[in-house]
Amino acid sequence: MTATHALLVALGAAVGAPLRLVVAHYARERLRAAPPAGTLVVNVVGSLVLGVLVGDAVGGSALALVGTGFCGALTTFSTLALELWEALDDDRPVAAAANLGLSLVLGLGAAALGYALAA
Amino acid sequence: MASAAALPDGATLGVVAVGGVLGSLGRWAVGLAIPHEVGAFPWSTFVVNVTGAFAMGLLVAFLVDRPGVHRLARPFVGVGVLGGWTTFSALAVDAVQLGATHHVQLALLYVGATFLVGTLAVAAGMLGGRRVWPGP
Repeated sequence: MTATHALLVALGAAVGAPLRLVVAHYARERLRAAPPAGTLVVNVVGSLVLGVLVGDAVGGSALALVGTGFCGALTTFSTLALELWEALDDDRPVAAAANLGLSLVLGLGAAALGYALAA
Repeated sequence: MASAAALPDGATLGVVAVGGVLGSLGRWAVGLAIPHEVGAFPWSTFVVNVTGAFAMGLLVAFLVDRPGVHRLARPFVGVGVLGGWTTFSALAVDAVQLGATHHVQLALLYVGATFLVGTLAVAAGMLGGRRVWPGP
């Protein structure tokens, strides 16, 4: 049911998006980590959870709420792409490569782990 | 210096939640409009991620040297709407699923194209934004 799915996506996103902010804020303000650290953490965690859902062939309402809504809003590509471009533009190619490499290895690794655990 | 608060303030959390809901509903609608078949290039996620990266570049260009803009504008649009519109989890899981179903080349193409085009889209958004809003 489309309207119900929209509501579930919205509910999941209403939790996922602010949680991403909380993680980024905590990493930056309390742990004094570089901003990409918070982005990396939410992207890895969201990829693990969505990997489990898809590996387990979860669909319908649960996928709308937790997958499309929560994981989709918890994770972000726009901020990651901004971080990558800013590092390149700022003459910090090693930082850009490290962020890209960690995002690929840990993000895809987490997705693969979740997928394999559930499949 | 006062010790930094563990949590962002409530207003910022609130606008990020609202923006995240709007962006996520948009991403969900794109997914309905461009259905994704297993084993095929995930166009809907590619489109939201690249357009979101372009919009992020525009936003940053717009906000540079604009101290008068409301303090919640960037959290609402950048963290909320664009964070909800774009996604990393679907990118990662779709790539893994492509690999698991023996479409390894397509998975590599998908991930490579998303990062290459997405990063260039940020740059294009910034350049375009600086032309439209040449700053004070």
